[in-house]
Amino acid sequence: MQHLAIFPILLPMLAAVFMLLPPLSNSITRQRIFAVSIMLLLVTVSALLLLTSHQQGTQLYILGGWQPPFGITLVGDRLSTMMVLLTSVLGLCAQLYACAGEDKDGMYFHPLFMFQIMGVNGAFLTGDIFNLFVFFEVLLIASYALLIHGGGKQKTKMNVHYVILNLVGSSIFLFALGILYGTIGSLNIADMANKIRFLDEHEQALAKAGGLLLLVVFGLKAALLPLHFWLPKTYAAASAPVAALFAIMTKVGVYSILRVHTTIFGEDAGALASIAIPWLWPLALLTLTMGAIGVLASPSLRLTAANLVIVSVGTLMLAIAMQRESATSAALYYMMHTTLVTGALFLIADLISKQRGKAEDRYVIARKMRYGKFIGIAFFIAALTSVGMPPLSGFVGKILILQATQGLAETAWVWAVVLLAGLASMVAISRAGTTIFWRAAGENTNNEKISPLKIIAVVLLLSASPLLVVFGGAVTDYTNLAAAQLHNSVPTVTALLPGGNE
Amino acid sequence: MNLLWVVLLPLIGTLVPLFTERFGRNICTLSVALLPAWSLILVLMYAVDIFDGQAIRQTIEWIPAIGLDLSFRLDGLSLLFLLLILGIGLLVILYARYYLSAKDSMGHFYAYLILFMSAMVGIVISNNLIQLWMFWELTSISSFLLISFWSHKSEARKGARMALTVTGAGGLALLAGLLLIGNMVDSYDLDTVLASGDLIRSHAAYPVALVLVLLGAFTKSAQFPFHFWLPHAMSAPTPVSAYLHSATMVKAGIFLMARFYPALAGTDLWFMIVSLTGLITLLIGAYVALFKHDLKGLLAYSTISHLGLITLLLGLNSDLAAVAAVFHIINHAIFKASLFMAAGIIDHESGSRDMRKLNGLMKYMPYTATLAIVAALSMAGVPLLNGFLSKEMFFAETLNQSTLGSLSWMIPLLATVGAAFSVAYSLRFIHDVFFNGEPIDLPKTPKEPPRYMKVPVEILVGLCLLVGIFPAYVVGDLLHVASSAVLTHDVPVHSLAIWHGFNIPLFMSFLAMVGGATIYYNRRHLFQFQSQFDEPDAKHIFEGVVQSIVNASERIISALENGSLQRYIFLLLLFTLVMAGLPLLDLVQNTGSRPQIPLDGVTVTGAVLLVLSAIATVIWYRRRFLALIFLSVVGLMVSLIFAKFSAPDLALTQLSVEIVTIILLLLALFFLPQSTQKESTNRRLSGDLLISGLLGCVIGTICFAMLTTPLDTISDFFLANSKTGGGGTNVVNVILVDFRGFDTLGEITVLGIAALGIFKLIAKMRIYMPVRDDDGRAWSNDPHPMMLEMVSQSLLPLAILVSVYIFLRGHNVPGGGFIAGLITAVAIIQQYIAHGVQWIKPRIKIDYQWLIAGGILIATTTGLGSWIFDKPFLSTWFDHFNLPWIGEFELASAMLFDLGVYLTVVGSVMLILANLGKLTTSERFEMKEND
Repeated sequence: MQHLAIFPILLPMLAAVFMLLPPLSNSITRQRIFAVSIMLLLVTVSALLLLTSHQQGTQLYILGGWQPPFGITLVGDRLSTMMVLLTSVLGLCAQLYACAGEDKDGMYFHPLFMFQIMGVNGAFLTGDIFNLFVFFEVLLIASYALLIHGGGKQKTKMNVHYVILNLVGSSIFLFALGILYGTIGSLNIADMANKIRFLDEHEQALAKAGGLLLLVVFGLKAALLPLHFWLPKTYAAASAPVAALFAIMTKVGVYSILRVHTTIFGEDAGALASIAIPWLWPLALLTLTMGAIGVLASPSLRLTAANLVIVSVGTLMLAIAMQRESATSAALYYMMHTTLVTGALFLIADLISKQRGKAEDRYVIARKMRYGKFIGIAFFIAALTSVGMPPLSGFVGKILILQATQGLAETAWVWAVVLLAGLASMVAISRAGTTIFWRAAGENTNNEKISPLKIIAVVLLLSASPLLVVFGGAVTDYTNLAAAQLHNSVPTVTALLPGGNE
Repeated sequence: MNLLWVVLLPLIGTLVPLFTERFGRNICTLSVALLPAWSLILVLMYAVDIFDGQAIRQTIEWIPAIGLDLSFRLDGLSLLFLLLILGIGLLVILYARYYLSAKDSMGHFYAYLILFMSAMVGIVISNNLIQLWMFWELTSISSFLLISFWSHKSEARKGARMALTVTGAGGLALLAGLLLIGNMVDSYDLDTVLASGDLIRSHAAYPVALVLVLLGAFTKSAQFPFHFWLPHAMSAPTPVSAYLHSATMVKAGIFLMARFYPALAGTDLWFMIVSLTGLITLLIGAYVALFKHDLKGLLAYSTISHLGLITLLLGLNSDLAAVAAVFHIINHAIFKASLFMAAGIIDHESGSRDMRKLNGLMKYMPYTATLAIVAALSMAGVPLLNGFLSKEMFFAETLNQSTLGSLSWMIPLLATVGAAFSVAYSLRFIHDVFFNGEPIDLPKTPKEPPRYMKVPVEILVGLCLLVGIFPAYVVGDLLHVASSAVLTHDVPVHSLAIWHGFNIPLFMSFLAMVGGATIYYNRRHLFQFQSQFDEPDAKHIFEGVVQSIVNASERIISALENGSLQRYIFLLLLFTLVMAGLPLLDLVQNTGSRPQIPLDGVTVTGAVLLVLSAIATVIWYRRRFLALIFLSVVGLMVSLIFAKFSAPDLALTQLSVEIVTIILLLLALFFLPQSTQKESTNRRLSGDLLISGLLGCVIGTICFAMLTTPLDTISDFFLANSKTGGGGTNVVNVILVDFRGFDTLGEITVLGIAALGIFKLIAKMRIYMPVRDDDGRAWSNDPHPMMLEMVSQSLLPLAILVSVYIFLRGHNVPGGGFIAGLITAVAIIQQYIAHGVQWIKPRIKIDYQWLIAGGILIATTTGLGSWIFDKPFLSTWFDHFNLPWIGEFELASAMLFDLGVYLTVVGSVMLILANLGKLTTSERFEMKEND
């Protein structure tokens, strides 16, 4: 399958388009069946792409036949294909959940959802920095539309903040691209990595500004302190399947920092090597701290989940700041784990919310839940995973990151902050859980059943956690190789540029 | 056979009760006991090898990346603990069968209990640090579930949370400690670690690692100052207390210290921390236990005290003391489990645990009372019972140390004081409960419990006696192998005799007995003395501390995350300023070497106009219509600049985008007030002005530096290959539809999504429609003037023609699908403006949503077409043809792609504008959601 690498982009895109046209556009049932089948197909294709890339080497897709660095190239290496598979799995679950009824709360849910997946997959797969901008736009604009899904004052208000901030972010992205193109003279990421060493001093200063502006843009997307303040309330306001899908959105920012600041501004970039790292260290530590404080302060499960997103971003950024293979590998493992469990947590918060009347998912005394047992078990698993308690995936990720610090001057900081953040999460989540599940007054009168689709979605997402531990050996082998591929950029870059110019 | 099964069997057993609960209590209990019993048999079969001095190992690779293997090791220490965990565990299962009431969910209870048992088994047979930690945390989790078993009770929830927090925090410290040790010896293999004691003790990080590991051990074993969680864990059902606080949970910390004894012990630091902590815990526990009126409270503090005793022994850095510690682990587990069970029976059969009410039970339950009395005497250290033996060894060891220099004599003295209190509270347990008059208003009349509920107690009390009378026969070998596993070298000679002659330890025992009796006899004075102190409730303090941390967090979050968009934007721009500004400090000169174009009047005028109109927009932003006019000037100037600097495509695009945007904004203005109040303070304004000014300067500097720097980019390739490779002379268009057609595909998707999103938003909107403007004037009665109708109607075909022309020529000269689409859209909008929605509706029946989808579909299909020719997506094709009368012309697949662009643009613009326009008419209520 020579076209395999472009499927994760074209498939959701065409699916979205078909759902805007009859006979799909006028029946939500048909859309659901179609969308779920497409997502299942996408999961299959993504897995196939990952396997192909893993076994046969990086899959390049040269659009329009224009060889790099001139045309746009898609790069399906171990890292990007892993992210695509992650997106597909998360997307499938979020979509299944939405099919239980939330997709009817507004128009175009399924097409927009597909466009969102397309944008995210595109951002992961592209090997061209302007194309990255385009896919950022695709995923952003789709997220603007998805965020207001369901309507209401809170969502609209949060959306205004989100849109305006991201519009400013997009402008900064363009500034950065202009500066980088104006100095390096290329847009292909591999080609830029090749050329950046040869800049003169004048150009270096400018390119540095460009590179750091990219850090701002990606930091905004990833919710890096001080650009994270918008996230908790925005995510908490989003409808559940959207919030669950958004668990991957911050990871796009994290991924972009990893890609750009390891490949272009990596260790081989001469004077411009590692320009972001001195900033990443303190910001990552502060992000993690703020996330933990946020978790402690959260009055509802959705906000807790949103603040856990910030905790995970801080942790990931720490791993990136370490700038070494073992840390990157740890980050990749942690990324899979945290994305899926956060998605699950948003869905669980919604299940809880629907069962507790006016109390919703807030930590106050309320009626007993009718399906407390299932939700309780699900919550328990999600809680253990996100707090990083064994035997679920959180602890492997945490240990990987702690071990990766070996020999670094910052070790004590990393350990202290990571472990204390874990403790804070544990305190907060055990309070949350005991209140939601055990502090009950009165019986539930709500007879509404939980849709089996919702149950499947939650179970699927949560099953990732034990699987990541049971098959931890294989998974970490893979992330090790992916990290090695990313860090040994010289062979990668050469491979990307068949006959490319110097 | 396989060591893995020792832990796997109980782990599988966790699920058993959930399935067998429905078959009744007896079957459930039996089935639950089955797998742990099997596991115990396995252990016993291994025991022969262990007594021969072997250790059995098994390793299965799991996650090598974190050094985690499934690695097991069964040696003397593990064997001892396994016997306690599984043996007492089985007794507790039997006991719980009678203890639990019909209301309690037996299935859940047993599931949690067995999970906990598996975790404990896992800890003691781990041969890998990470795996050990894994099971360690699992005990915290499962004990949380057990303690909170009666989850409707507030104190159960709080007690469980407190236990989880304290032991969980300790667990994290332990993790850090274990990782540090792993780093030191470069392996997480326990065998390797235990063999590298010297390396670890001489390592610079040894003190840190030691403290971290001990934090883990002390929190788990409820050592001072972390002891406060244990008494509150008593809100658990009594079988849980009997299990967790005798043989298992709290012993895990002791096990950890014993396990790492070869690697960590032997230094002065170890002595100072471990023995002093143990001593303090011993004293505090023993003292407080005396004043507890709650039976389980007394036993809880007594547990703390005895744990302190064992810790103290381990801290003494002497081989014999370690042996004594191991011995006391066994003895304490046995007598404390039986005491908790007896307390549970008393609670169960009399409805109270308050020793002020429970009196004279000897009369009502003589059999149980006898058992409890024997166990309590063992706890007091009375001869012929097992507690006496280890206490004697303990006294002897406190005499044999000198690390505190001239103050070393204080340790035996304080040990005797502790033992005296221990005797006193044991006496209280016996005298208050079983004698001392008649019961005082108990909820029910006490009676003997069901026959089999007593069996576990009988077995344990029997063991107390057996060990006490025939120590060498009963536990001699076990003690020997366990001690040798702790010491990893030969066990020193020790005698397990009951009688060692008249010596100082015996004298100390005697003193403790007499002292204890005296204390108990004079207890009224002591109680009076104690009652003048407020008894702090750890639960409230703990909850208070947590609550204040939460409150502080809330304050921080609400101060920082105040929901102000202005603040977030300010931070974003500030960060941008720093990131873009700092590198410029290294930029020596901001003018590059590129020759500059001379200034001319027109350019200067244009630039000044641009700047002024931009500033004017900002100044009058509160008068919206005025601001919009200035904004359109900005747009116009930008398109002129594009035109001047040879970018006619951009100029055309910008111009048409400008028109569409202004119409859009005009429509939006209809719903908004014409002017807004001043909302920002002057201080905020000056701050904003400062940051935007600075940012402008920085970006301006960068721009200037960039523009004056000679540039070598891949653009040259595009210029050279546009005609030959892309079949067009308009490079901009060829880039858009060919070289970087994928970007364009993405961008039209963005446009399409934007339109869908806006429609989605306004379809749900029910906004206020103003009838008159701010000055009170009504809107015009004649919304569709005839002149406008006539002109626009005749303009329509012309405009369509123009867009077709622009579209067709796009590939070679300025134009293309995007611009053509905008022109068409503007022409159609004009019809809406001139004629109104009512008029258009029957005339234009296109669904704009289909137009968008169709456009993207055409563009994508064009790209997919290249697959037929085995070329990658979006490969283009073009050729030149010759037809009579028409002459030579070119056909390119790019034109089809451009058609997709065109349709998407028309569809998107129309979907937004037409529907926003509809909001202003009565049509708006007809907009329904398509599903």
